[in-house]
Parts: sequence; C-alpha cells; structure tokens
Amino acid sequence: MTPPALQVRGLTKRFGTTVVVDAVDLQIPPGRFTCLIGPSGCGKTTLLRMLAGLESASGGQVEIDGDDVTGRSPAQRGVGMVFQSYALFPHMSVEKNIAFGLRRGTSAAARRARVDALLETVGLPGFAKRSPRELSGGQQQRVAIARALATDPKILLLDEPLSALDPLIREQLRDELRALQRRLAVTTVMVTHDQAEALAVADDLAVMRSGRIEQIGSPEDIYNRPETAFIASFVGAANLIPADVCGLGAVRLWGRVETPAPSASFTVGESVTFAIRPEAVRLVSADDARIKAVVATRSFAGAMVRLELAPEHAPESRLMADIPAFGGAPEAGAVVGLEFPSVRVRVFPRSAGELA
Amino acid sequence: MRVLRWGENLPALAFLAAMTVFLVAPLLSLFAQAVVSPAGGLTGAVLLRFASAPGLKAAVRNTALLGVGVAAIVLPLAFATAYALERTRLPYRRVLAAVAGAPLLVPSLLPALALVYLFGRQGLLTPVFSGRTAYGWPGLLAADAFAAFPHALILLRTALSAADGRLYEQAALLGAGPWRTFWRITLPGARHGLVSAGVVVFSLTIADVGAPKVIGGGLNVVALEVYKAVLGRQDFPLGAAGALMLLAPSLLAVAIERLAARRQAALVSSGSTAYRPKPQRARDLGLGLLCGLVGFVIVGLLGVCQWAALVRLWPYDLGFTLQSYDFDRFDGGGWSAAIDSLLLGLGTAAFGVLAAFLGAYVAERTRAATPLRSAVAVLALAPASTPGLALGLAYILYFNDPSNPLHVLYGGFAILVAATVTHYYTVAHLTFVSAVKALDHEFEAAGRALGKSRLVVMARVIAPLSAPALVEVSVYLFVAATTTVSAVVFLYPPDVKLAAVAVLNMDDAGDSAPAAAMGTLILYMNLVARLVGLAARSRLARLAPS
Repeated sequence: MTPPALQVRGLTKRFGTTVVVDAVDLQIPPGRFTCLIGPSGCGKTTLLRMLAGLESASGGQVEIDGDDVTGRSPAQRGVGMVFQSYALFPHMSVEKNIAFGLRRGTSAAARRARVDALLETVGLPGFAKRSPRELSGGQQQRVAIARALATDPKILLLDEPLSALDPLIREQLRDELRALQRRLAVTTVMVTHDQAEALAVADDLAVMRSGRIEQIGSPEDIYNRPETAFIASFVGAANLIPADVCGLGAVRLWGRVETPAPSASFTVGESVTFAIRPEAVRLVSADDARIKAVVATRSFAGAMVRLELAPEHAPESRLMADIPAFGGAPEAGAVVGLEFPSVRVRVFPRSAGELA
Repeated sequence: MRVLRWGENLPALAFLAAMTVFLVAPLLSLFAQAVVSPAGGLTGAVLLRFASAPGLKAAVRNTALLGVGVAAIVLPLAFATAYALERTRLPYRRVLAAVAGAPLLVPSLLPALALVYLFGRQGLLTPVFSGRTAYGWPGLLAADAFAAFPHALILLRTALSAADGRLYEQAALLGAGPWRTFWRITLPGARHGLVSAGVVVFSLTIADVGAPKVIGGGLNVVALEVYKAVLGRQDFPLGAAGALMLLAPSLLAVAIERLAARRQAALVSSGSTAYRPKPQRARDLGLGLLCGLVGFVIVGLLGVCQWAALVRLWPYDLGFTLQSYDFDRFDGGGWSAAIDSLLLGLGTAAFGVLAAFLGAYVAERTRAATPLRSAVAVLALAPASTPGLALGLAYILYFNDPSNPLHVLYGGFAILVAATVTHYYTVAHLTFVSAVKALDHEFEAAGRALGKSRLVVMARVIAPLSAPALVEVSVYLFVAATTTVSAVVFLYPPDVKLAAVAVLNMDDAGDSAPAAAMGTLILYMNLVARLVGLAARSRLARLAPS
C-alpha cells in the first residue's frame, strides 16, 4: 500500500500559553486536493505554515511520503507554496522568479526549457521576460504557482491564493487551478476562508475550529451530513433551533411544537439543536399547518427568494427559507405554514452556550 | 481642452516663484559670474583654468578621488551598521542608532580636529606611529567619512527597514541559503538606497571645506580653492567657476539617483508581512564587533574633542581647566556666537517648517497642471544637489547686487535664514510629503461638502495631522543650521557670529582647544534639541488616537 502523501499526527503549536493548533491529526492520500477552512483565528494558516516548515511545531509530527520531516527546514521538505500576496521577487523577471528554486548547476538550456514548460502549464507561454509589475493579479498568481511547481514538490501548499483577486476573475482562476491540479495530480493543501470556493474545488474539506479539525470529508458529506451545529452553520447557511427530544423520531421545537426528526441516537428529554438548511424548509398552506410563521422580510436573489420568517412559537427568533423565485413566493406580512422534511434535518447535542 | 484655471495653479505658481527667488536666480548669477567676461561676452576662460593651471587641475583630481574614496569607505560600513540595526536582533540597537547618528550633531570639521589631537603634529598617539601624522589623505578620508557616515546610514536604514517577510519565506522554501538570499533578495532590495547613499556621501564630501582646511595638510581640493578665492582674494569669477565644478557632479549624481529610483520596484506590496529577523550566531557576532568598533570610533573622536577642550595644554599638560570655554578671551565671536547659532537654528526651524509644509502641501494636495507639478517636484529636490558653498556664493552675487530689490535681505540675519532653509529644504520637504501624502485624499472634498474652504481644511485638518513630521523637521533644521559651515561662511554679516564658523576661525587662528570647546557646545545644544524633539513626539503619540 502506498503511504499517504501527507500524514500529520498530534501536531501542536503553542504561542506562550495560547494553543493555536491543537493536536491535529490529518491524513491526505496522494493527488488529493484538500481545503482547510474555518473562521479567522481557527489556526488554519498556522497549520499550513507548519506543514511548510515556516513555523516550528510545539509537538507532534509531519510525514511527507512516509518521511518524517518535522525537524527539517522548508527547503528540505519537498513542498511548494503560494502566498496570498504571491511574494514574487519584484526585481526579477518571470523567468528568473520561476528558475529561482531550480538546482544550481542546471544548464541554461535546461533551465530555459523547464521555465517554458511551466509557463505553458500555467497558461502563460511567452511571458518569460516580463517583469512581475507588468502582470495582472491573475497572471502573477499563475507565475507564483509555476515557481512553486518548479522544484517538483511532493505537496503544493496554497495560502488563500485567490483572495487578492477580483470576484469575476477569481471564479475563473479557481476552476483553472482545479483543472491544473487534476492534470498534474499534485497533492495540494489550500487554506481559504471562502467556503463557496472550498466547496467548488476541494476533493476533501477539513473544517477547523479553535485549533482543531472538527470534521473532514467530501464537500457533499460536509454539506449534507455536518457532524456539529458549528459546521452546519459555517459551511452553507443553516437554521439552528433549540429543541428537546420528545420521542423516537420526534423533537419539540422551542419546547412548544413537535416535529419529526432523526433523533434515534438521543434519549428522551435531552436538549438538542435542530438544524435545517433554508432551501429545505417547505412552505405549506397556513390553514392546517402545525407550525405557522409570519413573513418578516422578503429579499429577491435572482433564482431564489430568501424569506425571513417569524415563527408563531418564537416570534422574536428568525428562520430563513429559500424559495424558488418562479413559484410565486409570499409577500412580507403573509402568514405561512412550515414543514421540515425529516430527511433534511440534522440533530446535534446541545452544549451550553452553543445556541443563542 | 482643459482651460488653465488660476485657482488650481496659483499655489504651484507661488511655490515656483519662491524657488526662483531663493534658488534658481542666485544660481543663474553664479553661472553668469563664471562664464561672462568683464567686457560682457561669454567666456570659458575661468572654467578652463581648472583644466590647465596645475594647482587647480590637482584640486579637481583630488576632489574626485576624495569623493569616491569616502564613498568607498562609508558605504560598506554604513550598510553593515544599517543591516545590524534593521535586520538582526542584536542587543543595544537603540544605543547604537543614537551613537551612529551623533556625527550629525557637530560641524563636520570637529572629527578632523579630533584626528589632529590624536594623530597630528602634537598628537597623543603620533609617537605610537613613530612620528608619522595623519595630515593629507588618511586624515582627510577618515574625517570626511566620519561626517558623511550618518547621512548614508539614514538612507540605508530606510532601504533595509521595509522588507516583505513573505519573500524571505519563499526564498527559504525554494532552497536559498543565507548568502544566496542576501545577494539575490536583500541586496537588490537595497540597491536604490545604496545609490542614494553613494550620491549623498559624494556630494557632501566634495563640498566640505572644514576637514581639508584642518587636516588636509596642504592637499588642495576645489572647495578649498573656492573658499580661498572668495574670502582671501575676492576673486569671484574663480570662486564661481569652482562652485559650478562642485555643482555639476552633484546634479549628475542626482540624475543617476532618480534613474535608479525609477527602476526600483516596490518590494513591499499589499498583503506583505513584516520581516522578522532571527538570530544567526556567526553573522551577529561579526556585525556586533563591527558595530562596536563604529560606535567606539564615534564616541572616541567626540570624546577626544571634549577632553582636549578641558585640558590646559594638549598633550603636554593634561590638567583640568575650563579656560577654553571662556570664549570671550578668544577671537571668534565669544559666547555670542553660541547665542547667534541658537537663534539661527530657531529661525531656520520656524521658517523652514512653514516653507516645507506649504511646499509639501502644494506638491501633494493641490491639483495644478502636470508641467507645473513636475517643475515643483524637480525644484523641491534641487537644493539637495546644491553644495552649500555654491549656494552661499550665489547668494552673495545675487542679493548683494544693489540693483536687486531684494538687496534689503542682504547683510543681516534674514539672508542666513534664507540660505540655510534653502540649503536644507529637500529633506524637510520630503518628510512633510510622506506625512501629507498618507492622509485621506478626500479630506478637501469632505471639507467642501461641509462648506469649508481649502485653507480651513489645511489649517485645521492637514496641519494638526502632520504634527509628528513638524517636530521631526524642526529638529532636523535646527541641527543643520547650528552645524553648517559651508552655507553660511560667505554670508554672515560682521555683527553676527556663528558657533560652527567660530570653530573654523578659532582653529585657523591656532586656538584649537577653544575651537573644540565650541564644537562640544554645539553638540550639547543639539543633543538638547533632539531630546526636546523626542519628548514632543512621544507626547504627540500619547495624544493621538491609536
């Protein structure tokens, strides 16, 4: 069996008494594209920098291709990295930037050929003699990728490589980056705070919170089967409702109204958090519905209309519902009935202070 | 087509008019003096004497050698010191920075004086070198290097202080070791700073009169020729021609420097992170020793001056006495020279701050037509490339002309303030420019929307926000005015004595101990000015909302 491209065991980073990365375990098979996401301050960038060797580990170990690289310098790890600012050397041409990491002693012809091949790969043929200043943000980013790939890294590390770009070009480059990674089959770890970006490009998502990886899995897995209330609300939008278990397959929302839910793993009477995504909320006629709500606001968003609903049982709280726009969504002030299809509902244990 | 609008162009035109009166017109007079014959025709005869007369030819050659030699000594030392200050975690960096800047606080001939005390005919250490003295090249190079060192250091520290940490991380990721990183990343990043520092050192050195006079040992340089021609023989055409010879390489050097500036790419961009240096034993040890030596030499030479000023008869009777501080017993102006220098310093600071603030405001916050803006930028930089001797002589020729309505300025304090402000204008201007530039560019528009005029916004918003720069510029101008010799040596009227000039004159008259004493007095006066500046800045920092 081939070893994982990257194996992290108990990796920890402490700055003084604060633990920034807390005993992280992570295993990435060769050729996968993994995104580290999480709110700011969750330790994702520090984790990435520890993989690169730019930060030392306070504990734990990092293995790349089966070799323990924990104590090694960045250059000895076989990693390539692209920074948010690209960090192109401004006084060197594109060619010199890309060739910077090539072994010394490489002949001029081999050097040139390698640079040309890499420029071809990232879609910038003929740019060798340009200065980084003459390039657009997107072009600079591609040069930075070419430079990182020049040393044939075993792992490519990307630190928010798209966040400095305009939204329009950003989406295009995201797809190009994805295609390039597939073509080269280079194991890639990317840090981003943009969950839509992560969902679009990653084979696997690792969601971090407070220095720990809270869940790792495919984007579909994370979106459809979040394991905690935090993940449900961080990746995509979610309605989180306080509830208690009132029977097999049923919970009582706000302690007032019963609704079916997959609560089999909980004991009756236990406090839980009931989660449902806005697009899963179903509107029905208010006449014979058990759960009623008033439409507080209605905002048109193209394909969908987002409704903010004030439920009858908890008029101070708000629920979100996304309704297809063409179906004729109700106006503000209308009273609607709500249904929460049990298959789209997730139930999480409720820890103190987790729910507002 | 855009209509020329007076309102927008008026500030720039006013700036250009002032610069014409205080810089361009005097320099034209200087030029005319050198190339117009008494009969009225153009002549190159005077200039040609520098290429034919043996003494003058040697002076030109010596000046060029001196400028290059001092730059060759100062640049590596200043670079290493700047590197130690900005790119290492050596202890006592603040102390080193303060010591390394100390030569700025004394007239440039003080180090020459100290070298004479140590290595001159009656030098304390001369016997150690079996009687060989430092007069001539060794002393001259050392004294001018000492004087120029802090100027280079300031520029190189600025060049090395801004570093993008990401570039260094990327170089490490790509396998570059410390040496490769230094040669490929650090040095190219500081290239512009090195060129600027070289230009400044060269220009300062070739225009210096003090060191050649004190320790030159008869070695002839152009600045000395100008000095002797004007003050000794009243030979204004030769003086003017010599001043032009000093002006030309400075102008050329500044042109080179501007070119380098244009080629320099911004090494620090948005999204960059500060570079955090890490300890490196061998490097830190070497730099530490070198910096220790630099600090030792600076403190040592200033200390020797202080020591010599406090003994009865150097080096034979080292008993303590304060007699050298009884300035009124010596020919040179007495205590009133110190008072007059203080007044010149305060006057220069006051008028210079006002002029430089307005100049920077015009350059950065008014929208004149493009050609006017370029002219403003060029003229603001021009004083930096005008040697003090050339400016001083130009002022005599221009303002002493009875047909000039500005003749009233001549022969009083006003001309000294005008010359000093003009001479040191560039640094003051650039300091305000960087302060004013950083302010929100929509303040004026916001003011207009609130019904306030440009002047109100300038006085109530821009000026208060520039207060830290104001303190910095005031101290800079005060120190410059109290230490300069070259800008004022031709201009001071009989009833005004200046301390820095007194140092020169007393040493000339053989009273070298009182000269050293006066030099130390200037040092302490400027130390106090620095401390006042520091206190004011920290007070401002506390008042400012963070």
